Amino acid sequence: MTDPMKIRATMSGDKVEVKVLMSHEMETGQRKDSKGAAIPAHFIQQVTATHNGKVVLSAQWGPAVSKNPFLSFKFAGGKPGEKVSITWTDNKGEKRTDEATIS
Amino acid sequence: MNDDRRKVLKGTTGMAVMGLAVSAGLFKPGSAWAQAWNKAAFETKNVADTVKAMGGAGAAESKEIVITSPDIAENGAVVPFTISSRLPKTESIALLVEKNPSALAASFDIPAGTEPGVTTRVKMGQTSNVTALVKADGKFYYTTKEVKVTLGGCGG
Repeated sequence: MTDPMKIRATMSGDKVEVKVLMSHEMETGQRKDSKGAAIPAHFIQQVTATHNGKVVLSAQWGPAVSKNPFLSFKFAGGKPGEKVSITWTDNKGEKRTDEATIS
Repeated sequence: MNDDRRKVLKGTTGMAVMGLAVSAGLFKPGSAWAQAWNKAAFETKNVADTVKAMGGAGAAESKEIVITSPDIAENGAVVPFTISSRLPKTESIALLVEKNPSALAASFDIPAGTEPGVTTRVKMGQTSNVTALVKADGKFYYTTKEVKVTLGGCGG
């Protein structure tokens, strides 16, 4: 199970500023548990942000991105009331999509 | 682990597809088609190899790329970075941490209409040089800055 992302999309001048906080452990695969066994890597690999079906940002991440990743960017062409959708996929194939309305 | 099989498949087909798409100019920013995860680049251990794996060998240093981050990060587990580029036609931005187990931390594709600047937070194992690699108008540029880390963010 995955927890929802917190997405905020606000107008900043003529651009839309998107801020995303994802809930993910982002395990690097470098750490060991208390018994000394390696903890397998588990991290978000791909993130895609879309607006009106158009990709406004896509990202590829490695395990070095911090736990509960934060991402912020701006794009042009959005209007209040429209939706921004974010999808992430991790290295175990888990996927999650959440939406926010531009305000 | 059966994980390996999937990784191998992903790695090879991903690279091939990406290479093809780029060379044929097929990559349309308007499509919802996402590129496969660039496993080869994420597995490289040092900056030079990563840059090569991303096709950026021979990148030129540029003052038009700005890395905004703390000069001294108290907690290496969460180091905030903003990378922005003033280069015209910026297509992608990547963040590389030289002394991390894998140098490449994140890469972003910037479609037309999106501001060439992203903010995110990454882990840093120790004090290291951080490089931002930007592809603009088909060419690669970079800038580097040192970030000191008081408490490492890997392994602990």
